[in-house]
Amino acid sequence: MSAGAVGRAYPRLEGREKVTGTARYAVEYPVDGVTYGWAVPSAVVRGRITRVDPAQALASPGVLAVVHHGNAPRLAPGPEPDLWLLQEPTVHYRGQFIAVVVATSLEAAREGARLVRIDYDAGPHSTVLTDDHPGLYKPDHINPSYPTDTAEGDFDAGYAAAPVRVDVTYRTPAYHNNPMEPHATTAQWHDGRLLVHDSNQGASSVRATLAELFELPRESVRVVTQHVGGGFGSKGYAKAAVVLAALAARHVDRPVRLALTRQQLFGPIGYRTPTIQRVRLAADADGRLTAICHDAISQTSTMREFAEQTAVYTRSMYAAPHRRTTHRLVRLDVPTPFWMRAPGECPGAYALESAMDELAVAVGIDPVELRIRNDTEVDPDQGRPFTSRNLVACLREGAQRFGWADRDPAPRSRRDGHWLVGSGVAGSSYPARARPCSATATARPDGSFLVRINVTDIGTGARTAMWQVAADALGVPPERVAISIGDSDLPTAPVAGGSMGTASWSWAVIRACQALRGKLPEGGSPDRDVSAEADTSDEVGGQPTLPRYAYGAQFAEVRVDATTGEVRLNRMLGVFAAGQVVNPTTARSQLIGGMTMGLSMALHEEGVLDERYGDWVNHDLATYHITGCADVESIEAYWLDERDGELNPAGVKGIGEIGIVGAAAAIANAVHHATGVRIRDLPIRLDKLVGVSELA
Amino acid sequence: MRPFRYHRPADVAEAVAVLGAEPQAAYLAGGTNLVDLMKLGVQRPDVLVDVNRLPLDTVQELPDGGLRIGATVRNSDLAAHPVVRRDYPVLARALLAAASGQLRNLATTGGNLLQRTRCVYFQDTGKACNKRDPGSGCAALHGQNRDLAVLDWSEQCVATHPSDLAVALAALDAVVEVHDTDGARDVPLAALHRSPGTQPERETTLARGALITAVRLPALPAARRSAYLKVRDRASFAFAAGSVAAVLDLDGEVVRDVRLAYGAVAHRPWRAYRAEEELRGRPFSPELAAAAADAELAEARPLRHNGFKLPLTRAITVRVLTELAARAAS
Repeated sequence: MSAGAVGRAYPRLEGREKVTGTARYAVEYPVDGVTYGWAVPSAVVRGRITRVDPAQALASPGVLAVVHHGNAPRLAPGPEPDLWLLQEPTVHYRGQFIAVVVATSLEAAREGARLVRIDYDAGPHSTVLTDDHPGLYKPDHINPSYPTDTAEGDFDAGYAAAPVRVDVTYRTPAYHNNPMEPHATTAQWHDGRLLVHDSNQGASSVRATLAELFELPRESVRVVTQHVGGGFGSKGYAKAAVVLAALAARHVDRPVRLALTRQQLFGPIGYRTPTIQRVRLAADADGRLTAICHDAISQTSTMREFAEQTAVYTRSMYAAPHRRTTHRLVRLDVPTPFWMRAPGECPGAYALESAMDELAVAVGIDPVELRIRNDTEVDPDQGRPFTSRNLVACLREGAQRFGWADRDPAPRSRRDGHWLVGSGVAGSSYPARARPCSATATARPDGSFLVRINVTDIGTGARTAMWQVAADALGVPPERVAISIGDSDLPTAPVAGGSMGTASWSWAVIRACQALRGKLPEGGSPDRDVSAEADTSDEVGGQPTLPRYAYGAQFAEVRVDATTGEVRLNRMLGVFAAGQVVNPTTARSQLIGGMTMGLSMALHEEGVLDERYGDWVNHDLATYHITGCADVESIEAYWLDERDGELNPAGVKGIGEIGIVGAAAAIANAVHHATGVRIRDLPIRLDKLVGVSELA
Repeated sequence: MRPFRYHRPADVAEAVAVLGAEPQAAYLAGGTNLVDLMKLGVQRPDVLVDVNRLPLDTVQELPDGGLRIGATVRNSDLAAHPVVRRDYPVLARALLAAASGQLRNLATTGGNLLQRTRCVYFQDTGKACNKRDPGSGCAALHGQNRDLAVLDWSEQCVATHPSDLAVALAALDAVVEVHDTDGARDVPLAALHRSPGTQPERETTLARGALITAVRLPALPAARRSAYLKVRDRASFAFAAGSVAAVLDLDGEVVRDVRLAYGAVAHRPWRAYRAEEELRGRPFSPELAAAAADAELAEARPLRHNGFKLPLTRAITVRVLTELAARAAS
């Protein structure tokens, strides 16, 4: 990569369209004869629909149809029971979509939805995760395909023999993905072919799922996803909105727009499972870990198993001779949990990096130093050297930039008026993976190039990043390159998720561009369009299995009001080592976005479930608090210049998720340093601190 | 949304007449609360009577030194008004502590006083709420009630009033000017909102169809030393976890006069008369302030999740009064 677009800051290619409001999102495409769908949620938690009476709804002005299990087009029973919508009268959780009202206006559809009369036979339900739930079981494996439990050495003996021990349990609540743009779709059928404009994180996979559900050849389904207003994992697969819109459009034989409401995002689209995590750490008097155990409990639904890989972070982060991790699940009458930014690593790192702080206090050494002492060049899990591991470099640079050296380790040692001030640190890590991908590159007689690849840009700047990569791979200035993304008719690409989008896509872009260069006349343009394609399946599949991870160090300074218990963030600073950074502008946005989401997790977000109703009662953004601008007084992200030749042609590790990993722990640790009070259930809010005797 | 009619009256009398004639009518001012509740199906009016064009949007200085605030004066305009900032800082602070800039640009003085509770059960038509659906029960009493009342609640309703502005106006002894079919009358702010009792669906003492046309502030020189302290779960755009409006008038160290009102503790803005009594005529100290708050909260009955409101309200009482006392001394 010689031309040098990669590594330079470029504004997003579509930035102007977005800020001027001309970028079209899923339900903003003008479509002749379009109608509006409104999803109807179940009013019971568990049971069976005994009757659907659409009469009143159908009599309401503008209502065209009430689509439900009794009249909906049939779907093939697929591997995703959550998507087998409007096919059967069974209700698995409160809020499950059980009908769609289609009308000539959005307002009429909404009113129609209110008028559909549904009777149920409701049964008893269980919706609250506890550590003694009778339904606790051991899944066969955890996401995506890790072993459920691991053990090395003899944890019990190692733990019992150690001079310093920490045995603590942390709890995290349900967290709800709340992208600005809800799950939304415009669906149209033409001659048996399905076209959807859909908000998702991977149009290729949505196309495959729709083809399977509607029993169509993939060529008969087209998914267009030009712009996406965020997803945070929740749009990683096809979800209810696109299936409901397609069903409704087929039923009424007209195009249907369907967008979920904010309230409907709380459950049916997935959410981060609540967790209960017991962490036991043992160390010698110098703080060298001798035993590590992480037992994680989370929930799944009755429809399918989703086993959050909560303790996987602990398997590779720090070494010790005696180690154990376990995962247990409970099937509850709830919507299936799903991906939310750094599933597994995010909640797991909160627990482990908090416990490391507790260990540092118990041993009496600095928490940065504790982590440096327990660094390892060999992955304790795989037993092989990491391809690169710059955790210590991140900790050192972060400590220096943050001003860590001046910190008095004693809790409650800083006061600013009525504020108690404290600082905390946490490590961070996220796997660097890649998946097979395809792309084509075309050279035109006028000297321009077109790269085609079904990348999904969920707001990260992926379009711009691939444009930069393509320019360098072609050896031309980026101005000569056009890129076409966001359409399932383009060469197939994997999901924008798992921090592997850039690695996977750039791999195919580079290979296609290299192949194209081999076909072009030396130093000149072709006299007609010349194209080359690439499919990285063999190359990616043939890559040796090595421990590849990005690392980071998170630092936070908080203030806690000694009498009201209010917690505010003074500043937050992260240093990351994530291989090649393609675009500093969009990379910084990803990193501080992840850190902000970690702040939100630490101090604000909590899905509050009412067991009697079986759903989350604070299902809007007025009551489910997400960090706002005023809560982020100062936030800085830096990265190290890291080269790792064992990754992928672009040398990238992915940055979508590592920013959130460890962030909540750094803040929780800072709250302890400020107050001397250790809150082990998130979020850390004033009601858990006000009136606590140690505080005042 | 349920289809509705829209009416724009020429004057106050017409507005009141339309509402009197329509059993399911509602006034539309800023719409920041009503329109949301209409979308959610919580409020389902047949007709909206838009009062935004009525000549109720001015702030007048009164000859006696008081202030008359038109009902449709926007929250941001009121907060920025120089006389409010100078003579009633507690009011400007309360306004700016609420909502977001966008909402304050729309929300009105009258509408703010009549906003509905933020109780999550009230806002969800799938859940029991006596206020929304009389007789259906109160899901909050034994449900998630962290944000709800500790004082003066009933078995039928544990909701709180969400307004910051109303708390400041309670401390200032504001008077609400009301028009109904019988004509104009004054209602002291302290008598505007009701306790929930057995009829939580009735939130104010206003007759059906009554229109708030203005809010009058009496001259209160002591209010130049006044403050509003709001504690919330995040730094912006959140309803209060606890709030206090205070006016403190000291004669040397002795409390000559004090006005104290709490938010987020009851179904109405809570004027803390008992605490005021404890304070009045005594030399000020933080300990006295704490004792005064304790006296006010002596009859509090915290619910399962909101016990924290007692130490919190006590803490902010001490803080706000101590700061005002320090300002008086300097």
